[in-house]
Amino acid sequence: MFNTKTISKTVAISGIGQSEVGRPSTKTAMQLTIDACKQALDDAGLSRDDIDGIACWPGDNNNGDAFSPVGPSALISTLGLKVDWYGGGYEGPGPLAGLINGAMAIDSGLCKHVLVFRTIAEASKRLTDKTSSALSNKTIGRDSSFSWQWYTPFNVLSGVNLMAMYAQRHFHEFGTTSEQLGQIPVTCRRNAQLNPNAVFNNKPMTLDDYLASRYISTPLRLLDCDVHCDASTVIILSRADIAKDMRNAPITIESIGAALHQSWSWDQISLTGMATQDAANMMWQGTDLKPSDVGTAQLYDGFSILTLIWMESLGFCGIGEGGAFIEGGQRIARNGILPINTNGGQLSGGRTHGLGYVHEACTQLWGRAGDRQVTEHQISVTAAGGGPLAGCLLLSKGI
Amino acid sequence: MLRKLPQLNKDNSAFWQEGANGNLMIYHCDACKQYFHPPAPVCIHCLSDNVKPKKMSGRGSVASFTINHQKWHPDLEVPFVIAIIELHEQQGLRFVSNIIDINPEDVFIEMPVCVTFKAIEDVWLPLFKKES
Repeated sequence: MFNTKTISKTVAISGIGQSEVGRPSTKTAMQLTIDACKQALDDAGLSRDDIDGIACWPGDNNNGDAFSPVGPSALISTLGLKVDWYGGGYEGPGPLAGLINGAMAIDSGLCKHVLVFRTIAEASKRLTDKTSSALSNKTIGRDSSFSWQWYTPFNVLSGVNLMAMYAQRHFHEFGTTSEQLGQIPVTCRRNAQLNPNAVFNNKPMTLDDYLASRYISTPLRLLDCDVHCDASTVIILSRADIAKDMRNAPITIESIGAALHQSWSWDQISLTGMATQDAANMMWQGTDLKPSDVGTAQLYDGFSILTLIWMESLGFCGIGEGGAFIEGGQRIARNGILPINTNGGQLSGGRTHGLGYVHEACTQLWGRAGDRQVTEHQISVTAAGGGPLAGCLLLSKGI
Repeated sequence: MLRKLPQLNKDNSAFWQEGANGNLMIYHCDACKQYFHPPAPVCIHCLSDNVKPKKMSGRGSVASFTINHQKWHPDLEVPFVIAIIELHEQQGLRFVSNIIDINPEDVFIEMPVCVTFKAIEDVWLPLFKKES
């Protein structure tokens, strides 16, 4: 297996930016992207001429659709960039794939400063078309996709149907309950009350509210699903030897998890381990650090069950023990042993889709999180994806 | 209920069309004697090319399921059951389908099921019923 220890010597996060997180935003997707880019460049103390690489997941994978309306080629043209490398595309280890590609571009010597971005405009789109994100819309006419044809004929029209079956299996095998799972959306909502940029800021929610919310696909409820938004997030990666003389204390990429040792399939994989386990194993094999070193965990919550499964895969608790681990919510609270999704996650902060977790991890590591700041720490885990899509990063400041 | 239908090709047509003859067909490797899914011209287990669709018993059990309540399209009839069916012939041999002719609340994991086919145009969708 590739030894990711070398990455930490060469790549650091030097600046971050995020547009408003609108539901919807009045700004265009490109404007949101530019807002985030300018903020990140200012944060890093760089000018556009310093940027020699652009990375994005999934890129403009479907001619400007709301899931990913801005790709690298549009951004290069709009900002007048001169890059030595750029890349986008859906087929990678989940929503952190752009960042992983960017890190590899620096580690390989192609680039010095890579701007990684992710823009999404699903809130605006859903005002006019609520079916826009249906899986049946991935193909025109009959389903010709190698992967999706096995689901859409059976009216699997949303990812939530697949996640719901992972949840049902987890409930069956390990006795996990809705009351336990509900601690994830409740915790995220509590954190969002302290994040002015969160979609559900000033909208508190209790476990009873969660349990009263309607089923979308059993056992998952409306409040198990993340909230669509219009937003752009930017992370600037820099060569570590340059980053040490830049404005911010470098946050190095200590280790990367990007493995997939199973089929790229939603039903042929382990229903309770999935690709999250492959990625997590790889990440920990690339470092001497341990789960107990982690100060915050920013874990994918496109659907609540995935956060639980990431916790297990990453070794914060045993496989099958996630329900008991989060019961009552104390362990995953901001003052708990494993603060999660401290900005509200995607469940309450907004479905920024991947890079939002990295943005929040850096915000916390740099001590800029204001009212929601947790105890000073040096290490953070970010993870994104579910099913066959999974990638994770171990970030460290000052080590 | 409106359904998206698969684009047929040489690899997948046995799965999607043999229901016309009442048969559920899954690819089988003559070299390593294992089944695999989705269908492909090579065995995922041993990479042998000596593979072909083989008739199954049509019996299996529910590995997991969900009751879909959301009307993703205005004309979608809800609730309905989506399930991952594990086939009787081989551990881990699974695919997603629907369970029909049952009160959705009565479905449970490990429930024994058997295949039935629903014809739409030139596709015979393998759906499942509770085994009596």
